[in-house]
Formats: sequence, structure tokens, C-alpha cells
Amino acid sequence: MKIKSADALDGIRRKAAKALSVRETSKRVGAMKTSGLEQGTPHIQILCCGGTGCKASESAKIVENFHASLQAHGITDKVDVVVTGCFGFCEKGPIVKIMPDNTFYTSVRPVDVEEIVTSHIIGGNKVERLLYLDPGNGRHISDSKHMNFYRKQMRVALRNCGVIDPENIDEYIGRYGYRALAESLQRDSQEVLDDIKASGLRGRGGAGFPTGTKWEIARKFKAKDKYVVCNADEGDPGAFMDRSIMEGDPNSIVEAMTICGYCIEAHHGLIYIRAEYPLAVERLRIAIAQAREYGLLGKNILGSKFDFDIEIRYGAGAFVCGEETALIHSMEGKRGEPTLKPPFPAEAGYMGKPTNVNNVETLANIPVILTRGPKWFSAIGTEKSKGTKVFALAGKINNVGLIEVPMGTTLREIIYDIGGGVKNGKKFKAVQTGGPSGGCLTEKHLDIPIDYESLTAAGSMMGSGGMIVMDEDDCMVSVAKFYLEFTVGESCGKCTPCRIGNKRMLEILTRITEGKGEMADLDKLQELATVIKDSALCGLGQTSPNPVLSTLANFRDEYVEHVRAHKCRAKKCKALLTYTIEPQRCKGCSACLKSCPAQAIMGESRKPHVINPYVCIRCGMCVSRCHFGAISVI
Amino acid sequence: MEKQIKLTIDKRPVSVAPGTSILDAAKSVGIAIPTLCHIDLKGTCVKNNPASCRICVVEVEGRRNLAPSCATMCTEGMVVWTNSARVVRARKTIAELMLSDHPNDCLTCPKCSDCELQRLVMRFNIREMPFQGGEQSTRKKEVTAAISRNMDKCILCRRCESVCNNVQSVGVLGAIRRGFDTTIAPTFDRMFKDTDCTYCGQCVAVCPTGALTERDNTDRLLEDLNNPDKIVIAQPAPAVRVAIGEEFGMEPGTIATGKLATALHFLGFTKVFDTDFGADLTIMEEGAEIIHRLKAFLAGDKNVKLPIMTSCCPAWVNFFEHNYPDLLDYPSSAKSPAQMFGAIAKTWWCEKRGIDREKVVVVSIMPCLAKKYECEREEFSVDGNPDVDYSISTRELARLIKRANIDFKALPDSDFDTPMGESSGAAAIFGASGGVMEAALRTVYEVFTGKMLPKLEFTQVRGFEGIKEAVIDIDGFPLKVCVAHTLSNARILMDRLRKGELDYHVVEVMACPGGCIGGAGQPYHHGHAEILQARAAAVYREDEGKAIRMSHKNPDIIKLYEDFLGDPLGERSEELLHTHYFNKQIQ
Repeated sequence: MKIKSADALDGIRRKAAKALSVRETSKRVGAMKTSGLEQGTPHIQILCCGGTGCKASESAKIVENFHASLQAHGITDKVDVVVTGCFGFCEKGPIVKIMPDNTFYTSVRPVDVEEIVTSHIIGGNKVERLLYLDPGNGRHISDSKHMNFYRKQMRVALRNCGVIDPENIDEYIGRYGYRALAESLQRDSQEVLDDIKASGLRGRGGAGFPTGTKWEIARKFKAKDKYVVCNADEGDPGAFMDRSIMEGDPNSIVEAMTICGYCIEAHHGLIYIRAEYPLAVERLRIAIAQAREYGLLGKNILGSKFDFDIEIRYGAGAFVCGEETALIHSMEGKRGEPTLKPPFPAEAGYMGKPTNVNNVETLANIPVILTRGPKWFSAIGTEKSKGTKVFALAGKINNVGLIEVPMGTTLREIIYDIGGGVKNGKKFKAVQTGGPSGGCLTEKHLDIPIDYESLTAAGSMMGSGGMIVMDEDDCMVSVAKFYLEFTVGESCGKCTPCRIGNKRMLEILTRITEGKGEMADLDKLQELATVIKDSALCGLGQTSPNPVLSTLANFRDEYVEHVRAHKCRAKKCKALLTYTIEPQRCKGCSACLKSCPAQAIMGESRKPHVINPYVCIRCGMCVSRCHFGAISVI
Repeated sequence: MEKQIKLTIDKRPVSVAPGTSILDAAKSVGIAIPTLCHIDLKGTCVKNNPASCRICVVEVEGRRNLAPSCATMCTEGMVVWTNSARVVRARKTIAELMLSDHPNDCLTCPKCSDCELQRLVMRFNIREMPFQGGEQSTRKKEVTAAISRNMDKCILCRRCESVCNNVQSVGVLGAIRRGFDTTIAPTFDRMFKDTDCTYCGQCVAVCPTGALTERDNTDRLLEDLNNPDKIVIAQPAPAVRVAIGEEFGMEPGTIATGKLATALHFLGFTKVFDTDFGADLTIMEEGAEIIHRLKAFLAGDKNVKLPIMTSCCPAWVNFFEHNYPDLLDYPSSAKSPAQMFGAIAKTWWCEKRGIDREKVVVVSIMPCLAKKYECEREEFSVDGNPDVDYSISTRELARLIKRANIDFKALPDSDFDTPMGESSGAAAIFGASGGVMEAALRTVYEVFTGKMLPKLEFTQVRGFEGIKEAVIDIDGFPLKVCVAHTLSNARILMDRLRKGELDYHVVEVMACPGGCIGGAGQPYHHGHAEILQARAAAVYREDEGKAIRMSHKNPDIIKLYEDFLGDPLGERSEELLHTHYFNKQIQ
């Protein structure tokens, strides 16, 4: 059935909104009694996270068990099971939410399902043990609104993730989806574009170029064939913002691309996505098919004269293909290598035609900017960076997950309030923002309000939103080495500084972590990093020295310690460690001797053993086997 | 006049047309920014501009990072520094990085003293290797009949890739693997011999280092020259004599025919003949074939294959065998001049003197690398004895001359030996694109019409344009001809032919830019198009200076037909001077 007008679209919205109303809890938080069929709740919905993380923890089985249990209890007419996108709190997944009382169950296992159904759904008694335990006061929190993890968040790009069924376009429409498109099509396309400009939205892929301006440039180049490209080649290690949006709210991307097409007068959309995101691909495919069926893609969209359609293109997962010119070459079937800009894709992009490339998160903001108005959006954030930003919080942090905060939030708020602080009560050491292109920020940077400019000024960058927290057990030289290994592996090999320079930096870092470094190496690193940053061809190369430069700037003492004292204080650099058995503690049980794969341990039974440091491969096996804590690592 | 852009480079005011690169703008005021990956053989389609080596970076005020001057266009009011401390440091570091992944065997490298990387290292005053000791990428080595690949020396400038894909449309070379392991190689790291490589060698012609070089035959030749049991015959190609002087510091475009003959005599060749003789012979045969097909066409034969295409260029022959096996009966069956020469030398010349062909070594001196491969084609041998034993390039000959202590510049002129040393001006112009066509037209006109050609020069088919077309009035018959150089232009023609849309009678194709004068065996042009132009001009000067300027008027050719061959396309000519083609499509 094709939707031919904005009114017809609104009809669908109203119908869907009814079903969704059970999930609209924002205004009634706190006043809500526990839902339960025996308590008289007429309709209950069970929301199960269908994101990749929770799926990996058997959320599909949980859904299956819910269906079976509801069937067995004969209550399928009163209770719905909805598979949603990611709730963000991946640390505690799989997540199950009961509506309308907004109960947030964490770490749910398939065996817990029956208890939830009988005790909560039917009996109206929450399953306490599955509720989130506040680490602060040790109390269970039932409503996610009261959890620190969510309290400071503001979900704009993620507005529908964890709320709607991403495979059902009606639910998206029910939350005012496609309204922005419908309204845009009735307006002059320049006006719509002006709204995007006025919102102050900037590219969420990392560089932060103003989206409206990008569209305006693309609009200026006239051609019969023009392209709107969605850059879904999310490649930062540990980042999964775009993946979650595509998995949880694929229609927002479809809608935003169509609006972009209308604004820049393009009729073809292409989504470049890595093939290793099968779930996101599947959900996008479903969304595109459903949108086509409704006439939200294709010819004469919503009864207008505007035509637009979207195709999905697969990438093999090269990091450099997130760079827009490399991405375009990859889509053209060529080697994924960047070329010099200008010409910018807006002038000569895909197949030499004017092309506008936007990142997934950027696009996810578009519909809501238009429905709520550019002023609403630009009121959020800092002076130069408007709106919110999604971050993938990972590393040594209590609440690993996906968060969205207004620009201007400080790193401290993110790490301590939302993230719940460093894991196991360890001491915070650094946070890497911007993935391999970013830098390591320290304690002294924690109170900077985050935006594009402030992070760059601090020696890091916004990047796409990866945020990895490190504690005292992390060796900063090894961290720099880790990121450099990544860029060396992902360099396309086109320009000399990136191809050879990063390799040489990695070699120097490796030497340092092996205790073979010299003080002159530190200058060499600095020199090389500066030249690479200054002379590499594309964004990947130009930013690849950032982890080295920032750790050199902020943790120079650790480098010096590695070089001069051959010491790694975090005990991460194996070559610098010495394993010794303290004779006073050793009982001569031979557990270590038997476990040593290198046969480096000698000793007679019931007499203290010794480790031959020349044979020891520093695997740590003996430490884990020793019952008496007799083996020390220095 | 278009509005000029004003900018400052190293404090010097510069005014350039919009769209000018900083590199070119700097050049216009005498600032030579060093480059490596960049090459722009202006006037031909040879261009590589990936901005990947980063040697040419400059500082642009107000810009965050350094800009590659080869690919950054000038803008109004730009302030550029090409020599600031920041630039000098970056440039030197980049060159040092290249050296750190480059073998350290310059002294024995075939490119020593002609290597662009080496020149940069000297220019940047690099006296030690700060990044030495790091891992070196190991890449494939291969010596084919024509090209020697030692990709360890590759600095990934991508010139060869550009030429192989954009200029030649052969598409054999491209980047494989990534990062530090990136290699320029055929797909799946195949060997050249397992690909569509035509051995045109243009990759060699543009390679700045010793990664791609010719297969060297000089030692083999020296051995033969010193073997008293061998009779060694030289036959230098038309394009060699206008280029070899460059190797000895002579001006590009110097005609060194006389010195060349003397040098070959001094080197110890038993006979110094001339491939130009073979070129005249080619015109006789190919001309006869043109006339034969034209007459059939005019007589209403629907099956006659037109256009007839030239077949002198061995890379072009490889190209159509690989890519157009369905069109093998369009090109002329005439062998190339060098092979015709070999076939006649090892039959007529040997027989007349009662010499066993096994004793004779025919060496062709060619501007070309594909000729090395051509010599190895089985159909050009008798019982395993090749008509032309092997081929050396212009560069190899220059090396031999230097090695033999011959001061080339001081040599007196001498003539080629007879009887296979006499040639016409028509043969001389074989060296330039359009030359074979012009030579053929001179003979075809006179033989076809039986009339005197009023004007010898067919300037319509001269020059560096990729595809040249002309209609020649042959006594009332409008003969439509077309001349193409570089294989990408050949591909355009062949694709049209396949679709039945190629409306010409005669087509000339040469694989190299500008024809043989731009051949891959010639002294390196290092991106200077003026050199190719000077060589082409010399070729036409050589023609003008000749007493005989039409192949069919060459008295030795006439004598050869009277004595031995009979008629063009006659039984013996067919046997010795014509060949057939093979389907070499790679499945």
C-alpha cells in the first residue's frame, strides 16, 4: 500500500501510536505501579534487546522463551513481546524491559523468563534479583530513568533505539517517523536545507564539518545523476554507535537520506556498510523494503514529484574506507584508497558525479531536527558544537555501553556519573577518545566540556565516538603501540609517510616495550609523528600519530622509565618483567613447575623452587597456579 | 584573457592561469620543487598525479598541514613556502623513510646514476640512514623476456600503474595488499608471463627507480661479439639513431646515424646493416596487402577485412592477440621490419655467401622492449634458430659503447654495410607515430595509381595527437586512414571495430606514446615531453635529407625482389615475410 499524502501518513502514525502508548512513560515516571495482569494492567509489553551484543548473550532464546511461556499461560492476547534495538547498557545485557511500569531487567538469561512471566507479568511482583544494583548505595533500581547511567543522557540520535521494533516501519511512523520527510516535501528544498544549516549540526563521523554547508555545496553542483551516500563503515576499534543506530532505528537513516536527496536534488541513495554488520544490513534491508512498499522510497514519494531510492553497498571492513574518497572508490569497485581533495565528492564523487557523504549518526539527527525545529536542536550543546553525541564507552569502566550526551558534557560526568567510574575501584589513568585517530587524555582533561574544538585543542579528537577508559594497569607505551598496530594494519599504503612512517614508529615503540629503546628514540618518535601528521595524504595518516604524540606529551615519564629503567609500571610489557619465586613462601608443591610450558622452573619437591629468567617466557602461568602467592612479578 | 591568479611563492610574486598547480606555478618563476611520483608528459596522455609520495610538499600559509604542490591548485593571494625549515625537514624525513624500505645496493643497481630517488637523496643531502634496520618489504622478482621486475626497489609512486591502466588500458599492474605490504603487481601477484602484459615496457619507461628495468642482453652480446665462430649482424631501428646521442650528452633530437654505424663497427659487429632496410621491405609487403584488400573491396568483395591494420609494433600485436582474438584477421600479416630483416638475413644473405644460419647472430637494436619478446616467438625461428637472435635496447647499446671505451661524441660518421644497409626516407619515419602510415601512403599511391605522388609529406598523420584521422585522395578514391598511438587509443578503435563502427581503410597503431621514439628502450625521458618532440622532429629531418624517400624506390629492395623474393605477396615473400596471429586470451 502506498502512502500518498502527509495525512495518510498521520493516519498510520495515530494507529501505531496507540500500540506504542504503553511504552511512552516519560511523563508518568514514579507514579507508575508495578504492572501485572492480576493487578489489572490491561496490556503489558515485554521489550527485549535485539542488538548484536544482547543477541550474542542469547537474547533470541529469551524472546523465544517468552513466546512459549505466554502461550503456556494463555496470555498472548494481553502481553506482547517486542524485539527492539540496543538499550545502550551493554555491560548489563541482555536487557529486558517490562512496560508500562518501565521495569529494567539486566543480565537476563533464558532460564529467567518463566520467573519474570509468573512473578511479574502475571503476579505483579518484580523479580528483584534481576534489577540493576546501584553500586553507590547497593539498592536495586527498577526504573532506568533513575539509573545514573541514563540520568545524564539525552537520547536524540538514539531516540528510538530500545523503544521501537526496528523491523516494523509502523512503529517508526508511530513515533513521528517520516513526518519530517512529509513536511519537507511540501516545502521548498532550500528552506529545508536552511533549517539543517541553522541547527548547527556537524558531521558525527569525526571531522565535524557543518552538515548543512556540506549539503549546500552538493546542491550547487548540478547533474542528472547525483548521489546521497550514508557512510556506515564504522571502523574504530571498540566503537558501535552507527551499528546500534542501524540495528535499532534503520528507518531514521532511510528518512534522512531521502530528505538529503530532496535538498541536494539527488535521486540515488547508497549505504556503504561493512559486511561484518549482518544484523544492521538485514534491518536496513527490511526498512528499505517496507519504505518502498509504503511509497516512502521510489517514485513520487508521498504523492509528490520527488523520486528517491536506496541501494546497499558492502565493504570488506577496511578502516580507511571510512574516509569518504576511499569509500567512494570502494563502492566503484576500485581499491579503497583515498584521493586528494579537491575535487571534493560534492563536485566529483561516486562515478564522477556530485555526491554527498554523511555518517550514520549525522543522518539519524536529521528527521528530529526537522520535526522539532532547528532552534530546539541548536539550544543543545556548546557554542560551536550543537546537539548531542553518541559515545561507545568501553575499557576499564563499570558501565560499558552506548551513551548519548549533550555536547559540552565533561569527560568526568561521562566516566564517573554515567560510566560508574573505573572498574574494580582502580585508579583512573587515561581515556582515549576518537579511536586510533584520537589521543589519550588524562586526569587534567576530565573537566573539559566535550566538543569538537576542545578535544582537538587537548590533543585528541572527537572522532566517531569511541571512548576507551584506562586504569593504572594500562601501560601507555603499549596503548600507543596498540593503536599504531591498528593503523599500520589499516593503512592503505598509498602515501609514504603513513605506509613507511607508521611502520617505523611501531618498530621504535616495539623496541621500547622490549627494553631495547634508547632516549634518542623518543626524539625520533616525536619527529616522525610530527612529519607524518603534517604530510600524510588522508585523515587516517594525518591523525595516526595522535596516540603517540598524546602519550608522549602526557606520559613521557612512562616512556623514559621503559627506556632507562627497563621497567613497565603497569606490568604489561612482558620483556621487561622478571618472575621470581620468594623462597620463604614457596612450599615446593611443584604446581608451578608442572604448569610451566617453557620448563623454566626448577626445584626439588618440598624445597623452594627457582625460575630461570633466561628460559622464562613470562606467560604468567606459574602465578595463576601458585596457591601460596609465592611468585612475584617485577 | 582569462583572469590570472596572483600568489607569492618564496617571496616571489607569481601570476598564473586558474587551474595551475603550485608545482607548475613555481616552475614558471624558476623554483624547481622536487617531485617523485608526479609525471606529466605534456602533449601525451602520460600522467601520474596521485600526490602519494609527498616529496613535493610545500607550506601554504593558513593551512593546517603541508600541501602536495603537484596536486594543489593555486588560489588568489596564496602565500607559499617551498623551502621553509618545516618543509625541508618533512621532505628529508619522507625520503629517509623511502630509503629505509629500499635496498641499499645502488652501486650495482641498473638504474644507478639514472635513478630519481638517488638524485633526491643527493639533493636533500642525506648522508646517513636514520631508519635503517627496520623491516623491509619483500616483494616479487621476475625476469621476463623483455622486462625485469625487482619490486623490492619499488617506492610505490604508482607511475607504472597509471601508465599500464590509463595510457595502455592493459590493466595488468595495480596495487595489491595494503599498508607496508602494498605491492604493485598483477592481480593475485601473478607473474607477468601469466597475464595480459604486452611487454610494451612503458612501465619501465616511467619507473623512477630500478624496480622495473629492461632485461639486459649486453653480456650475451659481448660474448657473441668475442666468439670467432660467430658472424654477428647488427640492425638498428629507425628511432634509435635520433635518441642514442642523449646518452652521451648530445642534444635531444640529434641525428647520430653516422656515429651509430661507426660505433657498431667499432664494437665488432661483422656486418652493420640497418633495420630501415627491413622497414622498406615491410612497406613493400604491407603496401601490397593494402592494395590487394582495397582492390577486392572495390570489386565488391563483402568479406574483405577492412580496415587493414599495421603490425610492426610487437606490443600492439600482443595486445590484440590477448584482447581481440576475434579480430585477428584485420591486422596485416606482414612481419615487423626487424623480423623481416632477420628472415632475409638468415636466408638470402646467408645463402649468397654459403654461410650456415646457425653461425649467424642477428641482433636488433631497438627503442623497444617488446622486441625482446618478439624475438622469442616460436614462429619467428627455423628449427629452433631464431631469425633475430635477440634484441638490445638503445640504452643497452649506449652502455656497451661506454664499456668498449668508445667516445661516441668524437666518432666519425660512417655508412651502413651493403646490401642490407640502404634505406629510404620512408623507412626513417617509421620511428614516429604516423610514420608507417605515411611511408605506406607514399608507396601505395604510386603503385595503386601508377602515377607520381605530387607531394611526399602527409602531415595530417604526424604529431602527438592520440588518434589522428585523414582522408587521402588516391586518384579520386577517398582513402580513409587513422593513426593511433598508445594502447588505450588502440582499444577505442578496436572496440569500435568489434561493433562494426570503424569506418577506415587503413589504421596504424603504435603502443608507445609518440611511436617508437617514445619506446621503452630509449634513453629515459624523465617526464620531459620536449625530448620526445625533438626526437620526432629529427625523424622527419632524417627523411628530408634522404635521396630516396619511397620504399619501392630503394634500389637494394628492388634488387632483393629481382634476385630472390619475386613479387610482394608472392610465394617466397609469404613464406618469409608474413606471419599469423594467435588467440592468447587468458581464461
